[in-house]
Amino acid sequence: MVLPLLAEGAHILEITPSPWVAFAYLAAGVLFILALRGLSSPGTSRAGNRYGMAGMTIAIVTTLLTHGIASLPEIVVALAIGGGIGFITARRIQMTDMPQLVAAFHSLVGLAAVLVGWAAYLNPDAFGILDMAAYLTDTLAHASSTGAPPPTQIHPQSLIEMALGIAIGAITFSGSVIAFLKLAGKMSGAPIILPARHAINIVILLAIAFFIFGFVMSQSMLDIALITALAFIIGFLLIIPIGGADMPVVVSMLNSYSGWAAAAMGFTLHNTAMIITGALVGSSGAILSYIMCKAMNRSFISVIAGGFGATADAGGGAAKEQRPWKRGSAEDAAFLLKEAENVIIIPGYGMAVAQAQHVLREMADTLKKEGVNVKYAIHPVAGRMPGHMNVLLAEANVPYDEVFELEDINGEFAQCDVAFIIGANDVVNPAARTDKSSPIYGMPVFDVEKAKTVMFIKRSMSGVGYSGVDNDVFYMDQTMMLLADAKKMVEEIVKSLQH
Amino acid sequence: MDFISILSIFVMACFVGYYVVWSVTPALHTPLMAVTNAISSVIVVGALIAAAASGIGAGAGVSKWLGLGAVVLASINIFGGFAVTARMLAMYKKKERK
Repeated sequence: MVLPLLAEGAHILEITPSPWVAFAYLAAGVLFILALRGLSSPGTSRAGNRYGMAGMTIAIVTTLLTHGIASLPEIVVALAIGGGIGFITARRIQMTDMPQLVAAFHSLVGLAAVLVGWAAYLNPDAFGILDMAAYLTDTLAHASSTGAPPPTQIHPQSLIEMALGIAIGAITFSGSVIAFLKLAGKMSGAPIILPARHAINIVILLAIAFFIFGFVMSQSMLDIALITALAFIIGFLLIIPIGGADMPVVVSMLNSYSGWAAAAMGFTLHNTAMIITGALVGSSGAILSYIMCKAMNRSFISVIAGGFGATADAGGGAAKEQRPWKRGSAEDAAFLLKEAENVIIIPGYGMAVAQAQHVLREMADTLKKEGVNVKYAIHPVAGRMPGHMNVLLAEANVPYDEVFELEDINGEFAQCDVAFIIGANDVVNPAARTDKSSPIYGMPVFDVEKAKTVMFIKRSMSGVGYSGVDNDVFYMDQTMMLLADAKKMVEEIVKSLQH
Repeated sequence: MDFISILSIFVMACFVGYYVVWSVTPALHTPLMAVTNAISSVIVVGALIAAAASGIGAGAGVSKWLGLGAVVLASINIFGGFAVTARMLAMYKKKERK
């Protein structure tokens, strides 16, 4: 057999790789930067995605050309299985389910990082991370003291990188699995609070640090196994106390972790494509988490500490006094909408749950035919992941230049005849500006109370949003409560508009 | 490559990431997450190296299977991530000017 010999010798090539290999990985890294750059506007985004695919193709082909001759058939089968599953999933997934799909994808990156880390540990020769100098100098001393040849010595620096990569990967995996279960509704979105959870988490983190130290010293399999197991546990423990409303932050944070895991592996392999990508993805996720936290006026620490939404009942109890509110019908709503000049639609997660985006666009189209100026306003934390509402509206063929961000449109409510709130609640609650005791105090919200009429689609008067805070908007004079399933209500409005 | 050059690349890439990601329009934050997901699967490079190696001994055998497993996981992400991003981006349309 000649082929295995060739592959056997591959690591020797790696010590002095031919220059084009390094260039190819660098090119892949640059293409990934361009992929993200393309997303600065929808017009350039499709080209950006193609840059990303090109970068990935270069990275894979380069690796196969330099390493993969011996086991090409197995690798092709593995790529085909994974690729097939991925492709079919991507084609079939509902846009409403994007958050859980992304969480599931994160978990796969995390698990892949764990597997690659273990593979590098078990076969360091293949990864070119053997500490040759130490191996040679230690041989004599080691042999004389124990009478046996030393185990293969992995470079200590590689051991740290490997251990970190495995730990971050494992946290990403178990954390994303929990996030997936919560987002997919297979597990309650309510925070699960363990007693003394902060103490438990800190002890586990210290234990991981301790075993990483031990691993670098001893290179023992027990240490790396313990690191892996503890990291799985901490990922699980970190996410279970975080409630459904904080999921945009969690998903972004896990996105960031998956990047850092890839970067750590890139350090182990001295691979520029992996390092650049890891840094890009890591900072991307971190920035998204920051944007989400800011949009909720919550500190990152308090989100991670978890428990938000757990006190929902306590908050609602105080405000149980009956206040008068007005109920409207679909006909009333249709009449006012037709008369209006400017309408701003504020969609929230409830719209996604009711799958009302298509009929909502139909309503907007009908209004536009009547000469009404319709705009959509999206809060940064609407939905269950950053930008989720934008995708749903785009799916329903809403042109993206009719969709506005919070700070761009908030000044327009004073000239707005109808603020049409569908499936949102906390993001229009004036308590965020006025009531210092409110859990959502300080969160930037839409100034809907400035609009001449507010229409509020809600299933019933009992539920009060994720934060569990009562909303003064319900009881304002100009507010019309449209109590029904969002999709049914909008359908009825469309019907009466077309009469 | 020595550690300091690798670290330099990493630090520079973090800065590039910082500026590039801030310039991403909020409307595309979901596709951003999907595409970062796909590209972070560049970890497939490590998986391929492990899968391709044919070292001797039990460790190398296990390593190869771990590598192949990681190739499957990473390629779900690569194909799924890019495909779902393309699907989302195809939906973003401008207003039709009549």
